[in-house]
Amino acid sequence: MAKITSGVATSHVPAIGAAIDNGKTQEPYWQPLFKGYDYVKEWIKQQKPDVVILVYNDHASAFDLNFVPTFAIGCGAEFKPADEGWGPRPVPNVIGHPQLASHIAQSVIQDDFDLTVVNTIDVDHGLTVPLSLMYGQPEAWPCKVIPVAVNVVLYPAPSGRRCYNLGKAIRKAVESFDEDLNVQIWGTGGMSHQLQGPRAGLINKEFDNDFLDRIVDDAEGLSQMPHFDYLNQAGSEGIELVMWLIMRGALNDKVDVKQRFYHVPASNTAVGHLVLENK
Amino acid sequence: MSTNKPYKNIPGTTVFDADMASIGFHLNQFCMSLMKAPNRERFKQDQKAYLDEWPMSEEQKQAVIARDYNHMMSLGGNIYFLAKIFSSDGISFQDAASTMTGMTLPEYAQMMLDGGRTPQGNMYQGDK
Repeated sequence: MAKITSGVATSHVPAIGAAIDNGKTQEPYWQPLFKGYDYVKEWIKQQKPDVVILVYNDHASAFDLNFVPTFAIGCGAEFKPADEGWGPRPVPNVIGHPQLASHIAQSVIQDDFDLTVVNTIDVDHGLTVPLSLMYGQPEAWPCKVIPVAVNVVLYPAPSGRRCYNLGKAIRKAVESFDEDLNVQIWGTGGMSHQLQGPRAGLINKEFDNDFLDRIVDDAEGLSQMPHFDYLNQAGSEGIELVMWLIMRGALNDKVDVKQRFYHVPASNTAVGHLVLENK
Repeated sequence: MSTNKPYKNIPGTTVFDADMASIGFHLNQFCMSLMKAPNRERFKQDQKAYLDEWPMSEEQKQAVIARDYNHMMSLGGNIYFLAKIFSSDGISFQDAASTMTGMTLPEYAQMMLDGGRTPQGNMYQGDK
């Protein structure tokens, strides 16, 4: 049987990808950030997930204003890195797991979560930066990836509560898949940041650290937080954090925190990172 | 009944909702076209001519030419779409963000190094 064994949360700031791609990870600006990911790089070599369900948001790369699905699942066999305006990132293509992805879609749709099925989608920094943070610069990604794209660009994003419960439905789906697979789920985006307007540059360390506490021990309560609080306290782009709740919902109520890291800044953004194992 | 929009009270922030998306539809779709290298080239060669291919308002076109990102957002532009413009210009997200704040780039970069813009005084405190 397939099983979700652990979860990872991480920010997916595009400048982090550019730092990796341009060999700047040891520069004084970036060195403290990348040090926070030393643990997970070793951890994931031991864990060797077969498949990662990677929850991210598309940043007006694959989905323009013609189509804005609230939740989409990538059921294709292969996904190319998107050209976001400066050429695609020099990273390997992402290999999907069409059978498990289709199984998840079939299961969660019948569980009242109407995911949009997508077979062709170029994946942007939201998906490829987390892969680079965990795996560095391999010739090929060592795991298969099922992209789960969440709309957080066009207001409103799905509620935290909806995301948390979708995580639970995804877990149920994975556990009813026959093949023996070690599956991880990653929630990406955040933490506090605002990229636009006169308030650009907003960082809220208190909010972020409270979020890092509660997603471990009080995820159910945290999932009740209204959109207004994310926008007001964590910045207009801080709403990305609802995606972490999909990851958390797919794990056990009790988890072990194997790594917790927080760093300001990466470009305009507060970076948060968690490694959680089911107890 | 009108849609309740408490987020309009958040200072210095434009929330990209369906009404803004409607106003900015063609502006944002123009931005998307810049994801293709040949389009970026044509845009760079003659910005006005390229913009005239899109059914955008004259004000939207002028805001693009002026690279006035706050103005573009007030006309329905979304930052992730507008990012295609400054990416085509070879400008980083941080540089572009600084232009919206009234700060110089070095001042903005230093603020981020110092921990970012503080929430104190920058959040809506009233009733939602």
